[in-house]
Amino acid sequence: MKMTKQTSRRNFLKMGAASASVLPFLRAMPAAAQGSDTLVVVSGQTINSLDLHRSGTSRASYQVGVNCYDRLVSFGTKEAIGGGYSFDYSVIEPELAESWTVSDDGLTLTFKLKPDATFWDGRKVTAADVKWSFDRAVSVGGFPSVQMKAGGFERPDQFEAIDDETFVIKLDFPSKLSIPDLAVPVPYIINSVEALANATEDDPWALEYLHTVAAGSGAYKVARWTPGEQLVYERNDDWVGGPMPALKRVVVREVPSPATRRALVERGDVQIAFDIPDKDAAELAETLDVFSTPVVNCMFCLCPNFAFEPFKDADVRKALAYAIPYEDIFQAAAYGRGQPLWGGEEEITDIAWPRKSQYYTDIEKAKEHMAKSGYADGFAVPLSISLDLVSWMEPTALLIQEALGQIGITVEIEKIPGANWRTASLVEKRLPLHLETFGGWLDTPDYYFFWAYQDGHLFNSSNYRNEEIEELTNATLHMPTDDPEYAPKLKRMFEIVLDELPRIPLYQPALNVAANGADGYEFWFHRQLDIRPLKSV
Amino acid sequence: MLASTPRLRAILLRVAQSVPVVVGVVVISFLLTRALPGDPAVYFAGVTADAESIEQTRVAMGLDKPLMQQFFIYVGDLLQGDLGQSLSSGRSVAEDLAKRLPASLELTLTALILAIVIAVPLGVLAATRPGTWVDHLCRVIVTAGVSLPTFFTGILLIYIFYYLLGIAPSPLGRLDFIYLDPDHVTGFYLIDAALMGDWETWRGAAKQLILPASTLALFTLAPIARMTRAAMLTALSSDFIRTARAAGLSNRTVLYRYAFRNALLPVVTTLGMVFSFALGANVLVEKVFAWPGIGSYAVEALVVSDYAAVQGFVLAMALLFVALNLVIDLLYTAIDPRIGFSSK
Repeated sequence: MKMTKQTSRRNFLKMGAASASVLPFLRAMPAAAQGSDTLVVVSGQTINSLDLHRSGTSRASYQVGVNCYDRLVSFGTKEAIGGGYSFDYSVIEPELAESWTVSDDGLTLTFKLKPDATFWDGRKVTAADVKWSFDRAVSVGGFPSVQMKAGGFERPDQFEAIDDETFVIKLDFPSKLSIPDLAVPVPYIINSVEALANATEDDPWALEYLHTVAAGSGAYKVARWTPGEQLVYERNDDWVGGPMPALKRVVVREVPSPATRRALVERGDVQIAFDIPDKDAAELAETLDVFSTPVVNCMFCLCPNFAFEPFKDADVRKALAYAIPYEDIFQAAAYGRGQPLWGGEEEITDIAWPRKSQYYTDIEKAKEHMAKSGYADGFAVPLSISLDLVSWMEPTALLIQEALGQIGITVEIEKIPGANWRTASLVEKRLPLHLETFGGWLDTPDYYFFWAYQDGHLFNSSNYRNEEIEELTNATLHMPTDDPEYAPKLKRMFEIVLDELPRIPLYQPALNVAANGADGYEFWFHRQLDIRPLKSV
Repeated sequence: MLASTPRLRAILLRVAQSVPVVVGVVVISFLLTRALPGDPAVYFAGVTADAESIEQTRVAMGLDKPLMQQFFIYVGDLLQGDLGQSLSSGRSVAEDLAKRLPASLELTLTALILAIVIAVPLGVLAATRPGTWVDHLCRVIVTAGVSLPTFFTGILLIYIFYYLLGIAPSPLGRLDFIYLDPDHVTGFYLIDAALMGDWETWRGAAKQLILPASTLALFTLAPIARMTRAAMLTALSSDFIRTARAAGLSNRTVLYRYAFRNALLPVVTTLGMVFSFALGANVLVEKVFAWPGIGSYAVEALVVSDYAAVQGFVLAMALLFVALNLVIDLLYTAIDPRIGFSSK
């Protein structure tokens, strides 16, 4: 992959010769004749590393892990609400692994690798590469190690390469999260020979090398990467991980201004604008293909903090839940994109999550609860929002401020700079009343509960603790979903948190993608663009 | 030898004078970045980091060490020309700056040249024909230039010339994706492409420059035109111009050799000022046009408390302004020989 500047320049021009001469005239050409093997994507996010395992790697960089590297397994595909396709959590498909078996006690996972899988340099992908890559993910610390732990992978001695094509994982306890956790972007398979050749004593995991050079077996190689500007993907024609992608080249260009991104996709100079604002999505939906997929396992919430006196009062929390102008918020902050999470049935009959709460806007009911509470005369509280997320938090906060004013709660909106927000809301958990969002990668309700409702866990920014929830979450987290005890336990968990309201659900946000001349878009839980299924139209 | 070149000595003296400024900037930028809100370790540890991994990140970033020690490590690296590693871009700050500073400078200088080419003649014309339509035009442009925010002008220009008329290229940064960057020599695409003889890339780069440079030029035009007009009016009403006219010198000679040259001094001072706030206004223009310059880099770094990047940016800017002031001082003496260094 590492070429001198001169040759990479020449190769690039050569491989792009056909389309380069065509592209300037795209606008004047019939749709069918457009360079059908190249696609341009614009996004507002910065790819700052090619290595997801490195600390400081931005979310946008996860797409490299997805598009350039293979995992042992992947998720299936289904049609999505809001158009296009979505990953299917219930189906596990092979990627590098040809097949796998789980021992009867659920503690030993044995994977057979595809015999014809090769890295980009032509070398065969072996179980030793898998072991090295997994060792790396659990050893480097930080986010990758945390994510690996979710599946029960904590130490290198759990992984073993039996022979070139057989890889074994030994678990400490059986868990339904183990195999799905192998399909998230973290446990990807690196060319260990190439990486080791560039590792040093100070840097045994080749973090410096893989930061700027991708070394995988995935569907796309990195042809060029200019941080802060663009990343050019080039198809790997020897890929065996899945169906061969239709596009030869995909250019992901960074354009910070949403207005500019919108103009580009409307003109058709770029084929996909990724992660556009809800407002643009609502407006563009009339003329372009806009996919607005509700983000799985994710809720936007209003969180009253249990460490603060007024919010220890259950009636105050219920008053909040009845005072919130849900529909107005959904229209003003989300332009109707996503899924409402209010006005549901009180009785819980299924285990779908996120689910609609039983609350709805009713100021009279809210006043009744306030009168019953220990704060009949009302109180004053700051409502904190993040400056990084003002697009939805600001209109939401303003509407909540107005509504709470009607039930005697004086709200002052406090804006916190993005760099400080995580520390204040999640790490120190010191915000009395705030807006919050969390989406779990592993799409089971108990995984959401683990992060957001268990005491001391990162996204439990309300300092909530309920003994029954602690117990039920621990019991269900690794329990198979077909266990007869699973559904009743979950229903009980839903019942408790929707009654106690440490997080008042507002709505489920959507990830918006506008396409003009592209098809095959597929939504993924990691909220990055999977370019493999894309096609030109 | 030195005595015979007082100007050289004076220049060296001025450069020496800027050393304490730079030292001051190093100290202040270090302290200020530490005073930024937010904990970089939390930010860089990632989305689902727990207390343990945040601590690991803190140690890896050297943020667990006392402030004094961090400062000495920073200065030690700085002396070796190492500006540190930017965490958000993942590259060395020196590398980032080398890549991004020319982008901003190319844009700013093009805009500035464009502004001068329009504003100076406009100011001269307005001053020589007060009260006529040229004067009014000058006033309208000046008012428009100062009152329109750059991001608005930028989006408006994109809307008209790219979206509606389709004559401007896609606002996709310095080069459309079908071109490749020219080999790095100066970092200025126009110069580098010309050096390579790659005229197609040169045209590509020039086309991309037009809209953002016009946006910035519109913004910087106003003070230059206003200052030219005022300085010309002052010069034209001076005694020496009356004398020159009385001596029967041609109108042209009076205007350009005597009046204009005298009016240049305040204009050059204004240019220095305009250059500095054009670099500031760049931030918004860069965002709108996806320009990979230093403004967007600095803002991004500030948002995530990326210490090394912010410090590197402040330092680079300080050096740039020290150099700029030096150049302006030297220009003074070239324009007006009465301002000599020897008298200082």
